[in-house]
Amino acid sequence: MSTNNSGKKIDVAYVAQLARLELTGEERVRLAGQLDRILEYVDQLRQLNVDGIEPTAHAIPQVNVFRSDEARPGLPLKEALKNAPQRMNDLFVVPKVVED
Amino acid sequence: MDYESVIGLEVHVQLKTKSKMFCACQNKYGSPPNTQVCPVCLGLPGTLPVMNEQAVKMTVLTGMMLGCEISPYSKFDRKNYFYPDMPKNYQISQYDMPLCKSGHIDLVKECYPKDAQNQVSAAKRIGITRIHLEEDVAKSFHLETTSSIDFNRAGTPLMEIVSEPDINTPEEAFAYLSTLRQILLYGKVSDADMEKGQMRCDCNISVRPVGQKEFGTKLEIKNMNTISGVRRALAYEIQRQTGCLKKGENLTQETRRWDEAAGQTFGMRSKEMAHDYRYFPEPDLMPVDTAVFMNEVKSWLPELPAAKKQRFMSDYRLTDYNAGVLVADLELANFFEVGAAPGKNPNAVANWVVNDLLRDLSESKLAIAQSPIKPLDIAELVEFCESGKISSRQAKDVFVEMFKTGKMPHRIIEEKGLSQVSDAAALETWCDEAIAANPQSVEAYKSGKTTALNHLKGQVMKLSKGKANPKTVDGILIKKLSA
Repeated sequence: MSTNNSGKKIDVAYVAQLARLELTGEERVRLAGQLDRILEYVDQLRQLNVDGIEPTAHAIPQVNVFRSDEARPGLPLKEALKNAPQRMNDLFVVPKVVED
Repeated sequence: MDYESVIGLEVHVQLKTKSKMFCACQNKYGSPPNTQVCPVCLGLPGTLPVMNEQAVKMTVLTGMMLGCEISPYSKFDRKNYFYPDMPKNYQISQYDMPLCKSGHIDLVKECYPKDAQNQVSAAKRIGITRIHLEEDVAKSFHLETTSSIDFNRAGTPLMEIVSEPDINTPEEAFAYLSTLRQILLYGKVSDADMEKGQMRCDCNISVRPVGQKEFGTKLEIKNMNTISGVRRALAYEIQRQTGCLKKGENLTQETRRWDEAAGQTFGMRSKEMAHDYRYFPEPDLMPVDTAVFMNEVKSWLPELPAAKKQRFMSDYRLTDYNAGVLVADLELANFFEVGAAPGKNPNAVANWVVNDLLRDLSESKLAIAQSPIKPLDIAELVEFCESGKISSRQAKDVFVEMFKTGKMPHRIIEEKGLSQVSDAAALETWCDEAIAANPQSVEAYKSGKTTALNHLKGQVMKLSKGKANPKTVDGILIKKLSA
């Protein structure tokens, strides 16, 4: 978690930038408050004594939930491209991306 | 001042499964755009990934082949970033608990570029830091004002194999990649064709004065699509960086793109902002316990190139060179073994394959699978030579005909009426003629220059139109000259 100078727990502007969200000043203030409250709620976990408890990636003690390697047809092309904002030659067309 | 380079490679390898990593779409190269997609690999909201068992096992097999420790317990994580090749805005990858850790690849001479093999002295071991499994992203095409995306590749099972910075020259990088590719092909885990993007390599490289302990500034090079391209890109980059350092310039940490046509690297216009991936455990996938299937995967372990080479040398008495060339290509090694099985002279079979067949295949741009000559044809040809039915010179002609027509040796020998003349009377006539026509050679031989015999023998072969049995000719000439 990044902490900025004003002492808030979340740098809303930075997180918004990572998610490519454009926020107004008012939204930024409102969301900062809401996100802080969420963090406080989760923070309650810190009050628990977890000595001797092994970290886990999942709450359910289950492993190896697999699918066997068999192929099935996916979506028809028309269906697949249905939600594309723009398409050309059966490709999704998006604004030009800067990186490479 | 002398400079040295430090190189680490990150290699991405697409696994050869039937279906994708987290959905059942077909995993196949070269289909029309967006025809192997479903809500999961398109990253539509509300979908859930389900792990492909075979992909996990193939990664473990790769780890075993590369001498890695296999993690008993492994999990997947989300790597968050914003890019249209991954519309759910995270890639499912592995962060702190990869499937395999700390392995190695031993570089052998045959895997270096041909022109650099004579500079290779001792075998060198390159460490492998880790191998993790993730999903490949979609393929983007960048146009003038837009980018367009094909999702067929999205979700292909992808291994990332990370080396230690143990590589010091472009030639070692070449050898590392060829050896790795060989092993992947032996394990049948990937077709590892770099031009199809099935194996992709990013290079981390820094240059420092010899003797300096700290690493120099690390730069990354991308976009090489052949193993020789990696070698050229590294050679260029080492020269460029060394040049900068010698002029007292500072290098900046950046990613550079290799332009094969220009033979240069160019800085990429990537954003200055450092990536902040905010990894966290993937809540939609359960962890992996590898102990359950370790024995099964162990039973898949193939005989690896190094072991096969040793066996070829001890069982078939092949030379180090022949064995090395044969095992470099699994199909070629198998071709040889089929041909060597029936005969008593496996080395002769190896010689035909390594010298003649490989040359003709490469001239006709054919793969071993497309060879017009089959392994047993070579076995038959060797048998004809061994029995003295045809001379080695005639055998060369038969081989040319075999390659051209695909006919078996006995048919060609029959059709051309080839056979070796060992009949003493006929041979003696030719020998007498050769001796009479070449008094100088006779003189030279008698004065102790034994090599003069070869000239006389050559004349006899000419007179016999290549049909004379050279061993018998030797004997007759010596007898006549010493008389």
